[in-house]
This record gives sequence, C-alpha cells and structure tokens, in this order.
Amino acid sequence: MNLKATAASSTSDGTSDSSAPRRNSKKPKYSRFTQQELPACKPILTPGWVISTFAVVGIIFIPIGLASLFASQRVVEIVDRYDIDCIPETLRNDKLAFIQSRETNKTCTRSLTVPMDMKSPIYVYYELDNFYQNHRRYVKSRNDKQLQSKKNENETSSCDPEANASNGLPIVPCGLIAWSLFNDTYRFSLSSKVLEVNKKNIAWKSDQGHKFGDDVYPKNFQSGGLIGGAKLNASKPLSEQEDLIVWMRTAALPTFRKLWGKIEVDLEANEQITVVIQNNYNTYSFGGKKKLVLSTTSWIGGKNDFLGVAYLTVGGLCLFLAISFILLYFARPRPLGDPSFLSWNSDPAGHMN
Amino acid sequence: MKRYVNINDNGQEDLYCDNRISNTKYTILNFLPKNLWEQFSRFMNQYFLLIACLQLWSLITPVNPASTWGPLIFIFAVSATKEAWDDYNRYLSDKQANDKEVWVVKQGIKKQIQAQDIHVGNIVWLRENDEVPCDLVLIGTSDPQGICYVETAALDGETDMKTRVIPSACMGLDPELLHKIKGAIECPNPDKDIRRFEANLRLFPPFIDNDLCPLTINNTLLQSCYLRNTEWACGVAVYTGNETKLGMSRGIPEPKLTAVDAMIDKLTGAIFLFQIVVVIVLGIAGDVWKDTEAQKQWYVLYPKEGPWYELLVIPLRFELLCSIMIPISIKVSLDLMKSLYAKFIDWDEEMYDHDTNTPSHATNTAISEDLGQVEYILTDKTGTLTENRMIFRRCCINGTFYGNESGDALKDMELLDAIGSKRPDVIRFLTVMAVCNTVIPLKSKKGTISYKAQSQDEDALVHAAAHLHMVLFNKNGNILEVNFNASILQYEILDTLEFTSDRKRMSVIVRDCQNRDIILLTKGADEAVLPNASSGQQIRTHVEAVEQYAQLGLRTLCLAWRELNEDEYREWSLMFKEANSTLVDREWKLAEVCQRLEHDLEILGVTAIEDRLQDGVPETIETLRKAGINFWMLTGDKQDTAIQIALSCNFISPEPKGQLLLIDGKTEDEVSKSLERVIRTMSITPSEPKDVAFVVDGWALEIALKHHQKDFTKLAMLSRTAICCRVTPSQKAQLVELLKSREYRTLAIGDGGNDVRMIQQADIGVGISGREGLQAARAADYSIGSVSGSSLFNSVSLMAYNVFYTSIPVLVSVLDKDLSERTVMEHPQILFYCQAGRLLNPSTFAGWFGRSLFHALIVFLISINVYADEKNENEELSMVALSGCIWLQAFVVAMETNSFTILQHLAIWGNLAAFYVINCIVSALPSAGMYTIMFRLCRQPSYWISMFLIVAAGMGPVLSLKYFRYTYRSSAINKLQQAERLGGPIVSLGNVEPQMKSIDKDVALLPMSQSNNRNTAYEPLPSDSPTSSRRFLGSATPFDFLQTTQLRLSSTYSRNFKDN
Repeated sequence: MNLKATAASSTSDGTSDSSAPRRNSKKPKYSRFTQQELPACKPILTPGWVISTFAVVGIIFIPIGLASLFASQRVVEIVDRYDIDCIPETLRNDKLAFIQSRETNKTCTRSLTVPMDMKSPIYVYYELDNFYQNHRRYVKSRNDKQLQSKKNENETSSCDPEANASNGLPIVPCGLIAWSLFNDTYRFSLSSKVLEVNKKNIAWKSDQGHKFGDDVYPKNFQSGGLIGGAKLNASKPLSEQEDLIVWMRTAALPTFRKLWGKIEVDLEANEQITVVIQNNYNTYSFGGKKKLVLSTTSWIGGKNDFLGVAYLTVGGLCLFLAISFILLYFARPRPLGDPSFLSWNSDPAGHMN
Repeated sequence: MKRYVNINDNGQEDLYCDNRISNTKYTILNFLPKNLWEQFSRFMNQYFLLIACLQLWSLITPVNPASTWGPLIFIFAVSATKEAWDDYNRYLSDKQANDKEVWVVKQGIKKQIQAQDIHVGNIVWLRENDEVPCDLVLIGTSDPQGICYVETAALDGETDMKTRVIPSACMGLDPELLHKIKGAIECPNPDKDIRRFEANLRLFPPFIDNDLCPLTINNTLLQSCYLRNTEWACGVAVYTGNETKLGMSRGIPEPKLTAVDAMIDKLTGAIFLFQIVVVIVLGIAGDVWKDTEAQKQWYVLYPKEGPWYELLVIPLRFELLCSIMIPISIKVSLDLMKSLYAKFIDWDEEMYDHDTNTPSHATNTAISEDLGQVEYILTDKTGTLTENRMIFRRCCINGTFYGNESGDALKDMELLDAIGSKRPDVIRFLTVMAVCNTVIPLKSKKGTISYKAQSQDEDALVHAAAHLHMVLFNKNGNILEVNFNASILQYEILDTLEFTSDRKRMSVIVRDCQNRDIILLTKGADEAVLPNASSGQQIRTHVEAVEQYAQLGLRTLCLAWRELNEDEYREWSLMFKEANSTLVDREWKLAEVCQRLEHDLEILGVTAIEDRLQDGVPETIETLRKAGINFWMLTGDKQDTAIQIALSCNFISPEPKGQLLLIDGKTEDEVSKSLERVIRTMSITPSEPKDVAFVVDGWALEIALKHHQKDFTKLAMLSRTAICCRVTPSQKAQLVELLKSREYRTLAIGDGGNDVRMIQQADIGVGISGREGLQAARAADYSIGSVSGSSLFNSVSLMAYNVFYTSIPVLVSVLDKDLSERTVMEHPQILFYCQAGRLLNPSTFAGWFGRSLFHALIVFLISINVYADEKNENEELSMVALSGCIWLQAFVVAMETNSFTILQHLAIWGNLAAFYVINCIVSALPSAGMYTIMFRLCRQPSYWISMFLIVAAGMGPVLSLKYFRYTYRSSAINKLQQAERLGGPIVSLGNVEPQMKSIDKDVALLPMSQSNNRNTAYEPLPSDSPTSSRRFLGSATPFDFLQTTQLRLSSTYSRNFKDN
C-alpha cells in the first residue's frame, strides 16, 4: 500500500511545467564573482594608518612647496601698466574718444628697468584685464572649419555678427574673436640699440600645423564699417599669422596674458629698456588694464607663488593634524573593535539575568 | 443588486460580458501614450524631458542636444520594450485561456466552443482534470451522489481537494435532461469573496422541483479550479470573463517604486529647487551684467535691441549648464546596478534549493536595493514558514503516552502491541482517526490507496491510522469501509457535522453496520472537545498531554466518541435537517444544533501532528527580528495553529517575555472595545520590556479595517509582531496597503495563489516556488526555491558598495562629455553624490552635498590660481579642472568603499587610468577640439603638482573628519567592521554580518529540543475576551522555552539595536 502518496504529489498543477526541465540542474554556476566571494581587503581607519598618512603627506608636501616657491621666486618679471600713462594727460578725461579717434598720435614711449639678471629666453606678454574672452557669445564666434582649409572659405556659420562683409562675401577669418584681434605693438630698444623680439614660434605648433590652414588667406577682413582690432596681412596664410593664432586660443579667465614675442638675449640688472608702444587697442570702454610683461620662466612656469604657498599650507596642516591626532590618541585612547563599546553591550546589565 | 441568470437561455448574451479574460495593461493603440504617461509621471523623467527640449533651442544650448536625447530615448525605449514584452506575454497567456475549447450546451445541443465565447447562462461540461473556465453553479456530475472534487490551489492556495455538491434540486437528474434544463439563478453581483456565494436556484417545469433551492459556495465551481477524480461535471455559467471571483480579486499590479527610487525622486526635486534658485540668481546677475557691463564690452558686439525673450536666455542657459547636477546617467547606472543585484540574487548559490532544484530568481530587477530597507515582513504561514507537510508524531490514548521516547508513535512498540492485543480504547481511537474525516480514498489500478483530504491534518491522521493497521480503503456513497487487521468493518455515515472555525471540531455520526449501533465520532481542538467531556471522566491527563504536545510545537487534536441511542438520534436528525435548510444564519443554527449532540463525550485521547517548519525558519526569523524588522504573519489558518507555529518559529516570544493580545469580536462594538484595550496595553510601557504581539482574526480584522482603521493603524505601528488568522487574500493585500500607506517598506512572502495579491501589493514580493503551485512565484518579484532569509541578508549587505562600482564607468562618460563652460565645473561632483544610493536620506545627502561643494571649491580655486596669467587657456584649464574632479572622485570612492576586491580596485583606479587613456586618445586626433591638450598638460610638472594638491586639500579634511567620527563617534556598523577586521571575538548578534549565523542557530534550536522545562505560572492576560470561552492562550502557549541565557541575551541585543 502506497502511503507515501500525498495529496500534493498527485496533484500536478496542470501547467506546462513538466518535470523534464527540472531534472536539468538550474543550479547557478559557481564563480567567485557571482557568489560575491571575491577576496576582499577591508581596510579600516586605524589611528596608525591615519596618522602616518597625514605625516607622510605633510613631509612630502613641504619640500615640494619650498621647491615651487623657490622656483617661482627665481623668475624675474617686469610688469608695466601703460593703458593710462600712454594717454596724454590733457586727454585723460575722455580716454575713449582718444582711442577711437583716428587722428590722435598713439605712440607712447616707456622706459623699463631690469631689476635682476634675466636669462634668455625672455618672454614678452601683453596682459589684459576685465576682458571676457570666455564670453559665450564671443567664444562661439568662430568657425574652425573655415580656419583650417581654403575650401571651407564660405563656412561662416556661428560667426555672426562678423560673418559676412557688407558686400555679402564671407570674411576670412570670420567671427568676433578674430575681428577683435589685439593690435598694440611694441618696439624694444636697449640703450638705443634695437632689441630684437622674435615673433616666430609664439603660437602652439599644433595650432599652426592643424588648426590654421597654410592655404587660407585673410579676405574681406576688417573691411566693414566697424573696425575691431588689428588688420591682417592678406598675403600671409593664417598658419603664419601667429598673433592671430595666439589670440584665438581664448582665455578662460578675464585676466590673461598672451605671448607677444621672445627676447633671445640675456638682460642684465639695472639695464634700461625703452619700449615704443603703439597704443591702439581699446580697453577703455570697459575699464580694462593693459600691461606689458617681460618674464623669464622656470620649471613650474611663470612667476606664481600660489602652488608653493598652497603646498606649504597643506603640508603644514597635515603635520598639524598628524600631531593632534597623536595627542588625541594618547589623551583618549580608544581600542578599536572592542565589542564592549557596542551600545547594546554597554547597556546596564539589568536585563541580562 | 442582484443578478438573474436564466439557465440555458441565449437571450441574455448582451446583458453580461462574455468569458474573454484580459489581464493586459495596454492595447496596441494606447500603448505609446499610456506607457509614456506612466514613465513621465516620475519627476526625474519629466525633468530630463524638459532639459532635452530646452537643448533643442540652439540659442541657449551649450552642448549638442544629442547628448541628452540619445540616452533619454534609449532609456525610454528600453523600459517601454520591457513593458511591451511583459504585456505581450500576458496577452499570450490570456489568449491561451480564451482559446481553450470547452463543451457547452447551446440550444440543447452540446457543442465545442472556445472558452471566450461562454456566456452567462450557458451550461458548461467539464471532464476530469479540466480547468474551470468561468464561475459555474454545479448542476450535474458523474457521481450518483452529486459530488465532485475540485482542486482550488490556484484560487486560495490550498492544495487539498474540495468537495462540491450539486444543489438538491438537481439531484438525480438524468444527464440527458441536463441539456434541456431550464431555470433561473438569483445571485449577487460579482464580487471577490471566494468563500461566500449566497444564491437561489429555481428550476422551471417540467423539472418538478418548483421550490427555491439555496446555493452556497459548495455548489459552485470557480474559475481556475481543476476538476479532479470526477468523470464529468456540468454547471451553469454565472460569472464570466473578468467578472469571475478570481477575476475580481485580481488586482492590476502597479509599478513598484523602490525606496531609493522614491528618495532619488525626492532629492531630485530638492536639487531641482536648488538649481532653480541658482539659475534665478545667476540669471538675474547675468542679465544685469549684460545690460550694464556687456554693452561696454565692444568686442562682444551686443545688439542694442534683443528679441522679447532676451531676458530668458541667460537664465535658461544657466539651467542647461546646471542640468548636469541631475545627470541622466544616474538613471542608466541605477538601472544597471539594479539588474546586477538581481543577477547576484539569481546567482547566489546559498539561495539554491537542492530539493527542488530551483534557483532563486529575481523577476523585477528594479527593486533589489529595497531589500535592505525592509521594515515590515508579511509572511504567509503554510508553505512559507512551514512545509505544509503534516506528520503524525505522538498520541496519548486514555492516559498512556505513545511516541514520547522515539518521537514517532508509529514506531512505538507499546502502541503496536496494544493494537495487536486489540485493546478496545486503542481500537476506538484508531476508528475515530480513520473514520471521523472527509477524506476520500482512491484506489489506483495497482491496488494502492491514496487519499484526497481537505485538510492536511486529516491526511496525516488517516495515513497514520492506515499505518497502524486501520486502513480506510473505500468510501462508497454513505458506506465507508475500513480494513482492520484483514477484517473489513463497514460503517454507514449518517451525518457529517462539519468543521467550522467557531466550532473548532468536526463530528460524524455513523452506524456500525455490524451491530447497528449509532456512534458519534468527534475530533477537534482541545478547548472545543474537552469541556464537552462526560462529567464523570477525568480529563486531566488529556489536558496535560495537550499542553505537553503544544509545547513541542505540535498541533493537537482531541478525539472523542459517544454512543447514541436510536431515539435521540432521530429527534436530533430532524432538527439538523431543519437547520440545514434555513437560509438565514445557517452556520450559526447548525452550530447550535450540533452542540446539542456533542456533549457527554468520552474522550479517547489526543493526537499530535507535526507541521514541519521549513529549514532554518526559526533562525532566520530571529535574525531578522534582531535586525529590527517587524514581522507579521498572515494566514488563513486557525488561530491556535497560527499561534503555535508562531511560537515554534520564534515569531513571538513565549511567556513571560512575550505577551499575546487578542482582538476579536463579532460585532463592531466588541471589536472596538478589544481594540481599545489592546492599544491601551500596548501603550503602557511595562517596567520590563516585553515582546508584545497581537492576534487578530479575519472577522475582527474586517470590522477593524472598516470602522476603526485609525486605531488599527496605530496598533499596527506599536506592535512589532502580529498574527492575523483566517484572513482572505484581499485582506492580506489590505494589510500590506495599510502599512505601505504609513510609508513603511514592506516585503511579502508567500507561496500560494492566495498570496498573489499581497505579493503584488507589497513593495517587494517574494514568491516561493514550493508545493502550492507556481502562481505566486509568477506574480512575485523574487522567487526562491525555499526560504532562506539569512543568505538574502548576505546579498543585502553587499549591495551597498556595489552601488559605487557600477556607477563609475557611466560616470566617466558623463564627466567626459562637456566641460567647455566654466560654470559647470562647480557642480560636476554632485552627480556622483547623487548616485551614492547607500544610506540615502536627506541628512546624509546634505553631508554629501556639502562635501561636494567643498570639493568643487577646491578644484575651482586651485585650478584657476595655478593656471592663471600666461597659462590661462580655456581648453587647458577645463581639462585641469576635470582631471581634478576625476582624481578627487577616485579618492572619495576609495575612502567610502568598505571592502576592496579586485573589482573595486579595477573600477576605481581603472577608472582613473581610463580617463587618461581616453583623453590622450582624443588629444591625438587633430580634428578634436582638444587636440594635443592632454599631452601638453602631462608634460607640465605644475599639472601633476596641482593634481596632488587638489587630492590632498580635498581629502584631508574628509579623512580627518571621518577618522574622528570613526574612532570617537562611531556607529554600530563601524564598530562591527572594526571588530570583524581585527579578528577579535564578536560576542553578539547575527544581525549585521552573516558569518555569525552559527551562533544564532544554536540559540534558535534550543526551543525545539527543550521539552521538559515547564513553567506553570501563567500570567493573567488582559485579553480575556468576555464573549469567548476560549482559553486559547493558556492552552496553546506553555511559554517557557527560555532557560538559556543566550536567548535572553540576544533579545536584549535586539531591543537595543533599535536604540542605537
């Protein structure tokens, strides 16, 4: 008599779920990944680890900070703001009129003293201030295709409002950036001898090679009623218009320096440099400063104390933290992982009996 | 409202719907709008749509619109496809059911038609093992007694056979006549109550019986049941299509939103508000600047007159720039990570059931992460906690205990000897076991006998009796044949006094065919039988036996009998017939009549049946309870059984630690009173905290939910444990809804068809593909081969950090995309923090938010200061800032990761490396905007120096804060992590880390093996219901399992764990 036959076993549930597939093992395949059993290291924040991390970071950071600071201090920099001084005193109450007038003589002579020996190459920058090269309307107002190749000359989309000249022909290079090209010029002389400024190789090689075509020549540029900045030599291809290329590398911040040239001779301390400036560029309408900068360079770049100071600060703070954690550790020792600190373990033994 | 069904009349086809079943959510036409509507009802999706639309406006868009539209369309397409596929499958299964061929009588001719063409009033013919296509009123069967058997597993989850009888009016009709039968059925409008059907049948002439014939649920065949062991049956369709009882109780599963989803939606809203503020402030500033300063910036050439919407342009631009605060990738990565979790559950070997060869399966990928946030678990009892396999274990006959030594009475030699020597009390005991039931023996062709039982208890008893040589082998109409030691005893069944939950006992009245004696055989719960013992009898031993067995977690039944004399029976029989045919309060009247006979019983003994718990259930429940998860047991079972099971699986603590409060009552007043009393008891915090649980039965629950929902909700929140007995499937769902409405996360576990609604309703449904069919598994989000809660926990704890590495790869692509404008730099990290789904709540979010602002500031300040002056170039600077973010992000993730496997290392550092590789590749392309940028930067020492500076400045404060918190203000989790990693002894709890399971097991097994420690000091219970004479608490809960300090310790932990 089969007493094992229970109700459940004799009632097939009538679905198509036959017993055949059940025979095949549906057991999941074993792998350490699927079982979430990969070997794991579970670091915890022991005082030792944390304190030594902070100490090590501090110890590494302070020398780096000193090195950066030292490098930055070694950089010799001459900065000369000329935007106001280059306007004759009589005209200073209407600077805008002065700069916009075609009649006024915009030549201006400045004399700079070399504070310390400067090793070549000495970089010549112009620095603008309060100039928003990162303005959305401005930044987008260019056409990289047009700059690249002659066949795209007519590509002036996104260049508005400097896309086409008044005669309807496309402007090359089009757009606000090119149109507002910086047009002050500098002539340097050292004790009445002309100081050569090398204007070659001031732009990025990659830009010259790939972004600005050597068969693209300026056309219809600055020909409209509204003159923005510098004019371009129509006989030179864009790839050789290095000032333009530098200018078209837009700055991210409103205060920026752009390379104007390189002086490839050493300068000695206390030498007097005379600079003849053609002060053409209008920064007066928005109250921006113009500066001429001569600077040597170091392994971290130009004169910038920020990195050094920041490193010293962070390193110092790390050491401070390390020390205070050590003190804290001795003041309030706290063994880790002691289950007696679990609140349910430190509960008074009232309920335990 | 009533429905009048004319049998065999086609005139009413238009009146009611046909039998087409439709479970689909969409039609082809409404799919797109409805699905889109559903998807766009989520805030995040609306937001993305808004952003994507804004991006179409080229005047304001900073990036290519494709960068938003692409992913957006992709995501929507994926989820729409998934929905469509699900719906298509639903359609297919509906179609299968609709197209099934059934035999139906139309115009007096039996025809085969498709199931969907059945109309109300049609007569449907079913053969053995057919599925019932719609709700039918039975009018004829192959059985001369008018009985047929159905399996209702798909409907209510009960696997046993149910007996259905044809109404008396149709009794004895010739099958041929059934073709022509005419009549009317008056029945209520469709409802979802599968236990009630109150209707009347009237047959028209020439079918003589012109009286109203009452119909009950016993005269029906409900949709989705199966006809078993009956050659054929036929019935009149009364409810069809989606109006059947099953169709009505089938809810449309609503899409389940997970807690993290909801939280992310909320946070998205918060970020959105923040974003709006930022946008407005910046927008106004921008507009003002434009009007004043920008006019002076001649090189920008601002037009003097702008279009009317000019003022909007700048704010909208900022909006688009800030839109990256809520990255679209968050959706992608969340979905990705969810499906990975689901896969991990599928893959988990520990959740694989060897017996049935079924792995776990996660159907709904979307809600896995909620597993870790469950606050309430609602579980079905039968088949979920227990295996639903009853085994007869012990018995006490006339004061003699059998089976105590071996634990199995069937092997007790003493008992076998007693049977061999034919001791009359033992034989009577066995007779009751074999006869007093509604079991149907089935003889197979080979001569073996199997039993179809309505209840598993009866099944166990009959099997046990058969084992003890009292074999019930034939039931032919009223004649019942028992084979005892090769002699055949015949009994004629005169009446069956059926089991009801109130009577808690059943009796049969039989006439012994040998000596014509009339005997009443009774079996039932002790409190229902023992008080009716004849006054002279000593019942003490029986009471003790019951107590002892109940303490072991066994289900007890008392067996009794009485000889009736002819006159007494005849007199009573008349009353019984009368009561049986009343229309109003039939059940109550019957109970009263039965009571008149069931007295002066001679108690024969007590049986003890084991309802085997699933493996590991007590441990699992203990663990989950310690984790602060509230447990509710919803069962269709009797109150006593439920309580016993609850005790044996650590569901409730025994006295004196635990306390059971009962809510009952038949009327609104009674219920409200007992509800109030219980709440009062609950709210008083006793000096020594107790595990208080309340018990409520279906009837009281219905009233409570209807009239005292507020009180009940209050109670529900006060109580950590609840037992709800005799609840219907829709009540289960109602309870889930109640908890959900209080913003609790609920998880429902069940295995039967009766759990389907609850599972659908809950935040998380877990279906067990066990013995009660697969229906629940299909409806559920997860199906598990067998319960295994602890390993589930394993996955839960590991989920937390999975969040990170799944999101990182996506993150890169987002960060990589557009940083051309500086404003963006201030916020890129926010998106990363949004994805930290771990412990996501507003306050941690605020912490993350603050940290992200700090980091943004660090990155911003350092990069603009280092890359000032001559190095000030747009592309370079943005790349520096971006690399700064990536570096910081890698370190933040590394610091927040608790456990490093090779995958984490790969993700974190690989991500960093990938950033450089990808950018170098892009930098090598002359056509790319950032041509050579990366190479230039990598050659500059200042670049690397600033990266280290960013990392040190960004992480230093975070690390020290974290260290300080970790060491001096550590949370429980931290401490456990420390303890675990230092390898120290962990004395307590298995509620956080799965490896501590073993300790728990020891604790949990103790109650099962401790049998003889007894504590007779019952506490007086505040819940003595005035109306009931039940002493269920006293008898069912010999509350003393705890002689072990361990158990006590662990409950202390569990209490405090919450306080932590």
